[in-house]
Amino acid sequence: MKYIIAIIKPHKLDDVMKTLEEIDVNLMTVSNVLGRGRQMGVTEVYRGAKEVGSLLKKVKLEIAVNEDFVEPTIQAIAKGARTGEIGDGKIFVLDLPEVVRIRTGERGGPAIG
Amino acid sequence: MNSGDTAWVLTSSALVLLMTLPGLAFFYGGLVRRKNVLSILMQCLIILCVITLQWVLYGYSLTFGPDAFKGIIGGLDWAGLRNVGGQPNADYAATIPHYAFMIFQCMFAVITPALIIGTYAERIKFPAFLAFTVLWATFVYNPLGHWVWGMGGWLKDLGALDFAGGIVVHTSSGVSALVLALLIGHRIGYDRRTFTPHNLPFTVLGGALLWFGWFGFNAGSALAANDLAANAFVTTTVATAAAGFTWALIEWMMHKAPTALGAISGAVAGLVAITPACGFVNPMNAIFIGMIASGLCYFAIAKVKSFFKYDDSLDVFGIHGVGGIWGTLATGLFAEKAVNEAGANGLLFGNAELFLIQCMLVLVTVVFAAAMTWAIFKLVDALMCVRVAKTEEIVGLDLTQHSESAYTLVD
Repeated sequence: MKYIIAIIKPHKLDDVMKTLEEIDVNLMTVSNVLGRGRQMGVTEVYRGAKEVGSLLKKVKLEIAVNEDFVEPTIQAIAKGARTGEIGDGKIFVLDLPEVVRIRTGERGGPAIG
Repeated sequence: MNSGDTAWVLTSSALVLLMTLPGLAFFYGGLVRRKNVLSILMQCLIILCVITLQWVLYGYSLTFGPDAFKGIIGGLDWAGLRNVGGQPNADYAATIPHYAFMIFQCMFAVITPALIIGTYAERIKFPAFLAFTVLWATFVYNPLGHWVWGMGGWLKDLGALDFAGGIVVHTSSGVSALVLALLIGHRIGYDRRTFTPHNLPFTVLGGALLWFGWFGFNAGSALAANDLAANAFVTTTVATAAAGFTWALIEWMMHKAPTALGAISGAVAGLVAITPACGFVNPMNAIFIGMIASGLCYFAIAKVKSFFKYDDSLDVFGIHGVGGIWGTLATGLFAEKAVNEAGANGLLFGNAELFLIQCMLVLVTVVFAAAMTWAIFKLVDALMCVRVAKTEEIVGLDLTQHSESAYTLVD
């Protein structure tokens, strides 16, 4: 099992949800975050208008998947989130030792989906 | 000169100011996405600043000044408020200072272009908005106001009735909004998803302030603290109550739940529809006017707009255009001399002629506003390109047009 964390541009969220639905990955947790990369958050913003602390608004997706779904999920996120410009974001893939579905007490692979 | 009348008209002027800012600003501001809320507030604020100046410099003179050419436009005799002062002008309001009448009308000139901003919200360049607003006020609002309300105006002389601005304010802005929506095109992504309002409490707050300020708009249009003002006050709130409740009921039947956005939209539709009629109809007919207004406006927004797929973003045409046209026609149906001796009887009181005049009034306004708006848009677009670039639209107008953000994620 893997835990996939993706940081993307806010306006690409709709596209990413669509590409994920196409491969039957419907479960996710989404949050608003602030962040910056190599460019220190400035270059992307129009006319050099800085946000506080030069952090840009981003959206963070967190998705837990079984091994079979890892690569398709990465592909789908990359496809949906890509604009080709600076600031498209990153995908982090972490090992996930355990999952528990609280309602039933199921554990591991079956508890993910 | 009457001190009671003067006090009421000055108070009403302040109430109508409240409609534009914060009323309309928050009504619209809540409906847009988080990244564009300041652009809406800013546009309302700047219209208040700029059109106030335009009005006292020459707008008032073009609209209400002594007729310069066959009832088409006022002259410049009152430009810069020359010959306008503390003494009453008997042609418009014999019991209040001319200044009071002028500043009351100023607030109407301000709110009318502010209504239009809802149609091109979230995608217009600020300089283009500014140029369009000033040109529209000068070439649409000022002439139309002269035709309907000015001494010697040709529609006024025909006997057309518009008590508080159903035609001059709402139909003109609503129709112009529809033309603009078609010309500027839809927002990026409009064809794929619905945009969720970012703060509905703002919208309800703004709508409630509109209702409150509208008492100045409608009852103030009696230009006196008298029985006519009381009639307008009562019909205004009765029609609005009927319309707000009706919209909620329609949604309840169609979508299983009455929404706050629906109820407040219905209330505004009722306010719009009763505006031309409030000083000519009785309160029971006002209920009917309000209920029909909600039905028609709901149909325009839920069915017509989605069928033709134009992006009138905050439903300026659906509420103000449709509501204003209905109210103007309803005046031709329900007006009665028993309410207002200076008015006329409508179709239901045996006078078909008034209804025909009201129909013509609507037709003239629709054609004039649509044609002029088309021409002004084309001119401004050629000079500076009306719409923001794609990346600017995605980042949002707050940051790209005004270099600030309404909300922070961390302190």
